[in-house]
Amino acid sequence: MTRFQDSETPVFLQDRAIENLQYIRQTMERATAYTGISGRGLVLVGCSALISAWAAQQQVEVAHWIFVWLAEAVVSVVIAAGMMARKSKRLQIPMWSETARRFLLSFTPPMLAGGLLTSVIYQQGLSYLIPGLWMLLYGTAVIAGGTYSVKIVPVMGTCFMLLGTLALFLSPQWGHVLLGMGFGGLHIIFGLLIARQHGG
Amino acid sequence: MLPQKKNKRHLAAVPDSGPIQQTLQQTMDLDRLIHERLRLGIVSALAVNKSLSFNDLKMILNTSDGNLSVHARKLENAEYIQCKKSFEGRMPHTEYSITDTGRQALEHYLHHMESLIETTRQVHP
Repeated sequence: MTRFQDSETPVFLQDRAIENLQYIRQTMERATAYTGISGRGLVLVGCSALISAWAAQQQVEVAHWIFVWLAEAVVSVVIAAGMMARKSKRLQIPMWSETARRFLLSFTPPMLAGGLLTSVIYQQGLSYLIPGLWMLLYGTAVIAGGTYSVKIVPVMGTCFMLLGTLALFLSPQWGHVLLGMGFGGLHIIFGLLIARQHGG
Repeated sequence: MLPQKKNKRHLAAVPDSGPIQQTLQQTMDLDRLIHERLRLGIVSALAVNKSLSFNDLKMILNTSDGNLSVHARKLENAEYIQCKKSFEGRMPHTEYSITDTGRQALEHYLHHMESLIETTRQVHP
């Protein structure tokens, strides 16, 4: 217990103070990540998805139809990131936290797999499988990324997986409707629930 | 949980000398209520949320029902946090939120820790 002696003690005190500050910061990060998902952002994403579902249905060529949804994916990411940044700013918390990093690490792989499978399936001319595939993998990504979040997030992921499964087994003309129901409907419903229960 | 009580013993062993003494005095005045690890966690988590339910807090702080309710009660008695009890169906639902007093206490504690670090840095460049 030499630490008690002389000049070492203040250093020890300092360590403790730093450690305390780190604990506060970590707890705040965890607490924000926990409810940090922006309900309003999800509602916006859902609305833009409904517009995309309508636009996609107007397309004759499969490639155009896929392109509309890819554009929608980009728009969604921008909306989600923007709303997250707004919330972090309001709460004065760094957006690029450990939790955010972990979320991306678990959310991204299923999405990359989805991208790869989409291009393969399209080339094989099996495009009618795409709606089911997308919702199934997006659901997986949400469940994986939302493991450490309010319970409602993994529940949303599960709903996406169920809709995706349905889309895989129903006849192809249901694809558009189910995509609209999933990326539009589910996002809006769960966004409203999250906004009501978890403040924004 | 870290053994918080050790702190006192460390403090007692420090020699009397200017700035360190001052820092020590500050540390002695430390808000014991908020210094305890789990209570610090509760206040920190509530500071960044409008409100959190009992179960949310339990998940975030990774603690037991008993532990959380004891410490939440202490903070409630000091009016650092307030709680609203209701029923969701038959399940009791407790929602916690931070008060202005609690927010000030956390801010004070943060400044305190910062100045502690600052002072020791001056003594040991």
